[in-house]
Amino acid sequence: MNFFVLGVNHKTAPVEVRERFAIPESRLPDALSKLTSMEGIEEGMIVSTCNRVEIFARSQNGHCDLQRFVREYFGFSPGEYESYIFQHEQMDAVKHVFRVASSLDSMVVGESQILGQVKEAYATARAVGSVNSQLDQLLTRAFAVAKKVRSETSIASSSVSIASVAVELAGKIFGSLHGKSVYLVGAGKMCELAARHLIAHGATKIYVGNRTLDRAVALAEKFQGEAIPFERLYDTVPWADIVISSTGAPHTIFRKEHGEKFLHVRKNRPMFFIDIAVPRDIDPGLNDLDGIFVYNIDDLQEVVQSHLGGRHKEALRAEALVDEEVRKFEARAQTAEVVPTIVSLQQHLETLRQAELDRVRGRLGALSPEQEMAIEALTRGIINKIMHTPITTLKASARDPESTTVIDVVRKLFNLRPVTAPQTAAPAATAAPKSAPKAVDAPEAPALVRQNQK
Amino acid sequence: MLMLRQRGERSGRVAAPAVGIGMVFHFVSVVETAGLYGYANLMTIRQAESSLALLIAIIFTVLYLRYKTATPAALIFPLIFLLSFASAISQHQVAISRSSLYSGWIFFHVSTLIFGYAMLFLSFVSSLLYLVMARQLKSKQSSSWVRRMPALQEVDELGYKALLLGFPFMTIGLITGSVLAEEKFGASFIGDPKVVLSLLMWAVYLTLLYTRWSAGWRGRKAAYLASVGFAVAVCAWGANYLSKLHRFVAP
Repeated sequence: MNFFVLGVNHKTAPVEVRERFAIPESRLPDALSKLTSMEGIEEGMIVSTCNRVEIFARSQNGHCDLQRFVREYFGFSPGEYESYIFQHEQMDAVKHVFRVASSLDSMVVGESQILGQVKEAYATARAVGSVNSQLDQLLTRAFAVAKKVRSETSIASSSVSIASVAVELAGKIFGSLHGKSVYLVGAGKMCELAARHLIAHGATKIYVGNRTLDRAVALAEKFQGEAIPFERLYDTVPWADIVISSTGAPHTIFRKEHGEKFLHVRKNRPMFFIDIAVPRDIDPGLNDLDGIFVYNIDDLQEVVQSHLGGRHKEALRAEALVDEEVRKFEARAQTAEVVPTIVSLQQHLETLRQAELDRVRGRLGALSPEQEMAIEALTRGIINKIMHTPITTLKASARDPESTTVIDVVRKLFNLRPVTAPQTAAPAATAAPKSAPKAVDAPEAPALVRQNQK
Repeated sequence: MLMLRQRGERSGRVAAPAVGIGMVFHFVSVVETAGLYGYANLMTIRQAESSLALLIAIIFTVLYLRYKTATPAALIFPLIFLLSFASAISQHQVAISRSSLYSGWIFFHVSTLIFGYAMLFLSFVSSLLYLVMARQLKSKQSSSWVRRMPALQEVDELGYKALLLGFPFMTIGLITGSVLAEEKFGASFIGDPKVVLSLLMWAVYLTLLYTRWSAGWRGRKAAYLASVGFAVAVCAWGANYLSKLHRFVAP
């Protein structure tokens, strides 16, 4: 169980840095294959959202140089990113994954989007095969934990979303939103959500501008709005009081000179720009213009954060729940590591017993069923006696972080075959010999241990 | 009575009822003085100041009830206080003779101008608030007083409406004043400092309205212009003490 996480998120890096790490969806598969092709990395997954770019990985040998990936993939020099990244290993990494999925690591604790985003990242990673065994289990578990946190605590119940903060800010600028128009630049989900909120608060006209007009048309239809070809963007944006931008463009779309033009056309009536894109779509310089208010994702989240007073208690409960789940996962994972060794030890000795029996069989001559049974019982008894101590030691070591050493020693002592990934149901691990116990599912593991104890 | 009013003003920021009581007393005071000396009494500087203070206080109260915000009080109450105070200590208690032929017109002149002043002051306050609020929004810090304020655009609308409403009154007041002065003193009234300042003020407000109409000026530029206008207005008001025409010593 060698999990690693490296990344930047809203806690460690400002949006200026995060946007340099962002990996667009289209390039994710490529990045994943680069990641898994690196030395020591068995499995990998990348979550890239506006708040975080995180790389999850599992290594075979306990060594995993994710920083090298950052250097090679992004072409950054260590000085450029070192102060912004965080890294977790082993159980800390597990905990981190659980917390992220449960939205405890979110800037807006309890917001629901992150789970969907992690699920999407997982689906992508599965599709390219970069997640196939233990990391898969970790994430499946993480989703279950997220669900549990959601249902057993109320951190999500009073969720203050980015969208509702956008509405609040728009209210601060325009008062009533009645009769106000909204321009969506990019037809993303966040845009849609924010637009829905604004409409619920009285905004009447919706314009949608998107590079692919079809998507703009589809989104505009939902709001009885108007789809506008992207070429006409700069001419049409001044029509709107509120502009929500969330395109995947690598460069800013709105710069200061555009803002000046907009204000001129609008006779200086104020405009509210909401930039939820990472990398940002709107040049921060626009905010310097009289009458233009620009809020980017960090700004919005800060406002959200300031609203979160009462949710603290629930968050603490959720944290406790996650901690408990991490402990369970750890115990289960370690048992799962021990079980294959126990099983192969058992098989090894059983093979020896059979071989020895077969060897002396001829010399014994004909035996009565009673004698047959006595020999059987005798040999089994010897084996069980021998096995007893190693098995209890192994079992005890399952709770010990140093369990791998004990496993190694036992394997060496009995000359057992090297452990292949225990959950090698995936075709990728063809190296798994037959002796390696097949897919020992975590819940079955304790049962197996018990069996072997007899 | 005026003393009571003043006390009300000072604690007004924390106690709305005190303002209410102060206003009632103030109102009674204004009405009683008017009853004693007749409505023409409005033409004394003292009464004019007192009335303006009352008018501003009433406007503030209306806004307070409408938007549930007492923030402008920080700007408004010192002014009300100043006006009432100046009015209270003013030694001038010289009323224009009631037999004056012009008294009706002069009353009209003074009351329209007082209303004009009140409105222009309101527009000045709004533009300052707009400026501060816009800064706050831009810097992304939301202090609690901004949260209690009406929306930026509402403040802007308010200032603009006050300007639109106040400007005609001011114009009419100035025109009647000029006509009256022309009749009384001939063309020489133009050189009077009070008149010059009033005309300058009028010009500034005209500019303010014009830039608003044509280019939609608001925010920083508008606030600067409004501050200039306000400064001139204060001078014009203060010029009462310098002006020959407004000494109210004439017949």
